Amino acid sequence: MNNSKYSDSALLLFFIIMVVAGPFLLAPFGGSYPDLLQKFAIFGIFAIGFNILFGLTGYLSFGHAVFLGVGSYGAVWMFKLLSYNVLPALVVAVVVAGFFSVVIGYISLRRSGIYFSILTLAFAQMMFNVAYSVATPITNGETGLQIYNDDPQWLQGADSPLTTNLFGLKMNEVFWRPEFLGFEAQFNVGYYFCAFFLIIAFYLALRITRSPFGMMLRAIKTNQNRLNFTGVSTRPYMLAAFVISGMYAGLAGGLWACMDPLAGAERMQWTASGEVVLMTILGGAGTMLGPVLGAGFIKYFEAIFSKINDQVLHSWFAFMPDGMENVMVAIVHPFVGKGWHLTLGLLFMMIVIFLPGGLIGGLTSLGRVLTGRGRKSKG
Amino acid sequence: MDAILLQILNGLDKGSAYALIALGLTLIFGTLGVVNFAHGALFMIGAFCAVTLNKVFALSSITIDPTKTDFLGKPLQVKTPYLEKWFGDAGLAIMDWSVPLAIIVSIPIMMLIGYVMERGLIRHFYKRPHADQILVTFGLAIVLQEIIKAFYGANPIQTPAPSTFVGTLDIGVYLGFAQDAITYPYWRLVYFAFACLVIFAVFAFLRFTTFGMVVRAGMADRETVGLLGININKKFTIMFALAACVAGVAGVMYTPINSPNYHMGMDFLVLSFVVVVVGGMGSLPGAVLAGFLLGILESIASMNVVKQFFETIFIPSIDQIVIYLVAVIVLLVRPRGLLGHKGMMED
Repeated sequence: MNNSKYSDSALLLFFIIMVVAGPFLLAPFGGSYPDLLQKFAIFGIFAIGFNILFGLTGYLSFGHAVFLGVGSYGAVWMFKLLSYNVLPALVVAVVVAGFFSVVIGYISLRRSGIYFSILTLAFAQMMFNVAYSVATPITNGETGLQIYNDDPQWLQGADSPLTTNLFGLKMNEVFWRPEFLGFEAQFNVGYYFCAFFLIIAFYLALRITRSPFGMMLRAIKTNQNRLNFTGVSTRPYMLAAFVISGMYAGLAGGLWACMDPLAGAERMQWTASGEVVLMTILGGAGTMLGPVLGAGFIKYFEAIFSKINDQVLHSWFAFMPDGMENVMVAIVHPFVGKGWHLTLGLLFMMIVIFLPGGLIGGLTSLGRVLTGRGRKSKG
Repeated sequence: MDAILLQILNGLDKGSAYALIALGLTLIFGTLGVVNFAHGALFMIGAFCAVTLNKVFALSSITIDPTKTDFLGKPLQVKTPYLEKWFGDAGLAIMDWSVPLAIIVSIPIMMLIGYVMERGLIRHFYKRPHADQILVTFGLAIVLQEIIKAFYGANPIQTPAPSTFVGTLDIGVYLGFAQDAITYPYWRLVYFAFACLVIFAVFAFLRFTTFGMVVRAGMADRETVGLLGININKKFTIMFALAACVAGVAGVMYTPINSPNYHMGMDFLVLSFVVVVVGGMGSLPGAVLAGFLLGILESIASMNVVKQFFETIFIPSIDQIVIYLVAVIVLLVRPRGLLGHKGMMED
C-alpha cells in the first residue's frame, strides 16, 4: 500500500483537474450531450459512496438505490415546500437518506455475506413497493413526485427564478460555450455545482480510506472473525460505513433532483441498485478512481450507445461491399441502440471473470507489465 | 370463511411458482454452494420455450381467396396453419395443447443450458467469494434477459392454455358453499397439481435412487464423498441441470397464467430469494413450505378486510410489502429460517 501524503495529494490534484476540465476533455466525445456531465458527477458520487461500503468492507448491498431515491424525494419535497433554492434540498436529502440508512443498516448488518445481500435486496424491493403504491400521498406513486403551481413554496421570493437555483444562480444555465478542437464545449452551472460536491466527496472518501477507521473497515473485509476474537466489536464500524455510503447516495439523489426536479419510484428498483454495483465493479472496487471511472463509463456508453441506430451503423460500414455491410450491421445491431444493456451485461461478466480488479486493476497490472516494475497498485 | 378459502386457493398458484423456483435455487445452493442470481432468467427462458413452440405450431401457409375481400377491399388472405393442413383435427389439437407439449421440448433445452452454465461459468467460481458468484450470475441474468428481449421484443406475449382448461371450476359447490362463492380457473388447478408432481418427483429422486443418495451425502459432506472415490462434481453438474429444468418447466406452465415478458425472471427472482431465506438456506422442504406459505399470505393480505385492518394501524396496502416484512422478521428472529439446519449461514 502506497500511503505517502505526497501521492495522495497528487491523486487529488489529478482528480480535480480532470473534473474541472471535464467539459473541455469530453467535448470531442459528445460531452455537450444534455445532462451527460451532470450524470457523470452524480453517479460518480453515488459510486464513490457505494465503494466505501463494498470496496472497503466487502459487504455487497443490493439496496443502495433506496437511499438515492429517498434523497430525491426529500429534495423535491423541499422544492415544493420552501423554494427552488437547492441548499435546503440537499441538506434534507442527505439527512433523510442518513435516517433510512441507519434503520436499514441496523437491521441488515445483523447478518453478513449472502444474507446481508438478500436482506438489502428485500428492503430495496419493499421500499420500491412503498414508494410506488403504499405511500402514494408522499411519493405521488406511479406518476412520480413533481412540482405543481399550487405548491406552497413558502420561502419562494417574488423575483427568484422558477427553476432550481443557488441564490439566483440557475442550475440549467450554460455560462460559456467556447469552441474547442472544432467542437462546442458547454460550461454549465449545474455541472460545476455537482463537480464541487464530487470533489468534496472524493476528498472525504480518500481521507476515510487512509484513516484508522478505513483501516478497520479493510480489516473487516480481510477477516471479521479474527477481529471479533481480538475483542473488537465490528458492528459500529460497519454501521458507520453503511450510513456514510447511504448519505453519499442521498447526496447523489438530491443533486439529481436539483438538476431535474422530479423523483420517481423507478430510481429505487433493485435493478437500479444493481447498476451502481456494475459501476463500482467495472471501474474497480476498492480503488479510489475506479468507481468514478466506472460511473462515467456506464453513463457515457448508455448515452452514446443507445443512440446508435441502423442508419449510423450503415454509415460506419459504408466502405465495405454491400453484402458485407449488411452482414456487419446485422451482427452489431443487437448490441447497440435498445440492446445496449446486452453489451453492458457481457462486459460486466467479462470484467468479473477476467479482471476482478476492474478497469483500474487492469490498467495498473498493464502498467506494471510495461514498466517491468513490481510496484504495488495505488489503493 | 369462503372468502378466506378463496384467497388460499388464489395463493396456491403463485405459491407453486415460488416453491418451484425456490426449490431449484436451494438445490443449487445446497449442492454447489453457489447463489444463482440467474435462476429467474432460467424460469423466463422456460416460459419463452412455450412461446416459441406456440409460434412454431402457428406457422401458416397463406392462400388468397379471390371470392372474398377484407375490409380494405383487397382479396382476403386466408391463413391455414401447416399443422392443420397436414394433420387436420389432430393438428388443431396439437396447436391447442402447445403449452403442455412445450414441457417435453423445454426439458432437454433447459438441461443443456444448465449443463453449459455450470461447466462453462459457475464451475470457475467455486473458490471465489460469494459476492463474485452473485455478481457474475447477475451479469448472466442481464445477458439472458436482453437476448430474449432482442428476439421477442419487450411486450408480454399471450400464450393460451388448452381450451379444455379454459374457464373456471366451482369448487364451493363441492364443499357445501353457495353457487359461485368459490370459483377457480382450471389452469391454476392444473398448475398446482403439476407443481406438486414436480416437487414430489424431485424429492423421490433424491430419496429413493442411488444417485440421489450420493447427492444427499455430497450435500452433507462433499469432501468425504470425494474421498470415497465418487466423482461428486459430475453428480452436482447434473443436479444443476435438474434445477434449471425445474425452473424451466415452472416457467412453461406459468405462461397461461401470466403472459411472459422478458423481465418476469427478475420479478420472480427477488421473491424466490426471500422464499429461500424464509424457508431456510439449503433446506429443500423449507423452500417448498415457505413458497406456498408466502404465496397464500400474499393473497390473504390482499383481502379487503385485512387491508382495512392494517390501514387502521397506519400500514396501507399491506399486500404489497407483507412478504418482505415477513422475511425481515424471520431473518432477525430465526435467521436459519423455518426448517433450516442450525448453524447454516448463521453468522
